[in-house]
Amino acid sequence: MDKFSVFSARLVEKGEYFTSGHRSCQGCAEALAVRLVMKALGRNTIVAMATGCMEIVSSPLPTTAWEVPWIHVAFENASAVASGCESGMKAMMRKGKMPPKKINFVAMGGDGATADIGMGQLSGALERGHDMIYVCYDNEAYMNTGIQRSSSTPWGASTTTSPAGKMSKGQHTQKKDLPKIAIAHNIPYVATACPSFPFDLMEKVQKAAAIQGPAYLHILSVCPTGWRIPPEEAIRYGRLAVNTCVFPLYEYEYGKYRLNYRPSPILPVREYIEGQGRFRHLTPEDIEAIQERTMAEYEKLVKLSEED
Amino acid sequence: MAKERKGIEVSLAVAEAVGQADCDVIAAYPITPQTHIVEHLSELVADGHLDAEFVPVESEHSAMSVCCGAAAVGARTFTSTASQGLALMAEIFFIASSTRLPVVMALANRSLSGPLSIWNDHTDVMMVRDGGWIHVFVENGQEAYDHVFWAFRVAEDPAVRLPVALNIDGFIMTHMIEPIEFEDDELIKRYIPEYRMEKPLHPDNPVSMGCFGMPEIYTEVQMARERALVESYTTCIKAWEEWEALTGRRYHAVETYRVDDAEYCIVTMGSLGETAMAAVDELREQGEKVGVIKIRLWRPFPFDDIYRAAAGKDALIVLDRAISFGGPGGPVALELRSAMCGRPQAPAIVDYVAGLASRDVTVEDFKAIILGGKAKAAEGDVAGFTLYGLRG
Repeated sequence: MDKFSVFSARLVEKGEYFTSGHRSCQGCAEALAVRLVMKALGRNTIVAMATGCMEIVSSPLPTTAWEVPWIHVAFENASAVASGCESGMKAMMRKGKMPPKKINFVAMGGDGATADIGMGQLSGALERGHDMIYVCYDNEAYMNTGIQRSSSTPWGASTTTSPAGKMSKGQHTQKKDLPKIAIAHNIPYVATACPSFPFDLMEKVQKAAAIQGPAYLHILSVCPTGWRIPPEEAIRYGRLAVNTCVFPLYEYEYGKYRLNYRPSPILPVREYIEGQGRFRHLTPEDIEAIQERTMAEYEKLVKLSEED
Repeated sequence: MAKERKGIEVSLAVAEAVGQADCDVIAAYPITPQTHIVEHLSELVADGHLDAEFVPVESEHSAMSVCCGAAAVGARTFTSTASQGLALMAEIFFIASSTRLPVVMALANRSLSGPLSIWNDHTDVMMVRDGGWIHVFVENGQEAYDHVFWAFRVAEDPAVRLPVALNIDGFIMTHMIEPIEFEDDELIKRYIPEYRMEKPLHPDNPVSMGCFGMPEIYTEVQMARERALVESYTTCIKAWEEWEALTGRRYHAVETYRVDDAEYCIVTMGSLGETAMAAVDELREQGEKVGVIKIRLWRPFPFDDIYRAAAGKDALIVLDRAISFGGPGGPVALELRSAMCGRPQAPAIVDYVAGLASRDVTVEDFKAIILGGKAKAAEGDVAGFTLYGLRG
């Protein structure tokens, strides 16, 4: 396996499989994440994609941004479609109907497709043990349809269906912990990543591809449009999410937790929250509550990774 | 050359046929009454009689999604469902045809909730009538067995490449033990040789499938679907002719029984056709000039075949097995009224809805429906529909 952790940009795949010319917003970190994932996976990949931002921006008929075989069927079923691709190829190769070849089968969806409408299908695909990767690009709301809340929207975020108001702090539920749900399926590999840490992200993608069986990657994808930040700040906010421990980078590999990156010093969550329009209604007390919860969650993760 | 017949449950015969068709991927979820098909297929895989991936999905929505993925990489793909399962997979049902994925599905037709009912009628399939699939209805176990091969033959034809729904009446056919002539594997291989998809998803030749369509292209895509389905008619007929050449059994888009000198005809779809034939035989003995028209091909709708069979008759008395609530009648009568509209010598169409949720339609019931329909046609009472056998 290539080692990206040497931090040499020269070792990165030169080919592009999610190509330029797509129609994502300025500063879209999700498009960057897709590009990096595809660089790490390479040519021998079949992608099944859920309906959502990345599907819409990359495939308006008769154009496509995809240099690999790509299929979109519906919103909730990327995991089932990818498991169908994997099963079909497996059967045909075994029966001699198709020459053998190592192919990465990858399902991709946003947080709405993954945490909400496609939850059952994701669970089914992980449980059945297909040799495939599921990548969730989490931008913390339904951005494609106009910034509605999902179960992956963090507490306090104002969206078009969880608006802040006199009687509301915005989203009043805590963010659903998707990586933990994936881990609960006893699959070999689960990891979190963020395109602000590109080498870490690509190394995890390659690990997921090399491992036999289902793998789940959860990628925090900063959305300047939905988070209401300037487009040029997307990468910085990804770093802040990690450095404040709001979004820790960790792996779960064959039952063992590993924290990949321990920020030092840990920045106060205030630095992550303050500049974002979706949080601007929050009071210092609200931010303090987020700070406490963030650290409590992080400590749990530290403990889990130290136990292992 | 009479071949040996074997007594077997129709569901199991369908599963055996899927096995003989050397299917690559089967994705299915248990729902009564198609469960026996799926159970037997998983047995065939478990015992090594069929080399396929059996994907035990967590819902029918996923069953059709897995089939789409598998068909997109070029695998021969089968699933089976009914009723609520079909309702759940309906979203993907439409996409399978728009993406031109030749999935074959056995639909063990049964009523939709509510109230919850597991029994047979055609309300499930009529819900997806406009889903862009080829729909064929079979009348007995032999036809069900034969049409599994026919479905793959038509679906995978490069000129067609559309999914096919094989409609089999739930319970009253799927769970019957019937005498069936099995064909040998060599004959099946000749009829449906190994399937090679033209442009599957494969890294050697990347294609994008299921792109989204803006208003400036959506209409044209719908027209392409319409044409593909209409033009599939030729392949449907050719595939029946080829089957006849191999087995001696011949099927038509519209089957007729004693219609030549008939003044009026009862129209059926599915397994009740045989009961209708028995009723017609009895009525003929009483001097009634009556025949049976059985619609086998539901989509693409065989407008010309049905007109040829019906032109010049006084009336067609339709036995519908679903209701279009608040609408003009049952779906079959509706189609026939439109097929006859503006044509010379068009018969009157009298519509009866009967046999909902497996309520028995006996020979006596058919006789009452036929004679009742004849009287209605004579009086000119041909609008709307009659719910036959309604209590209270």
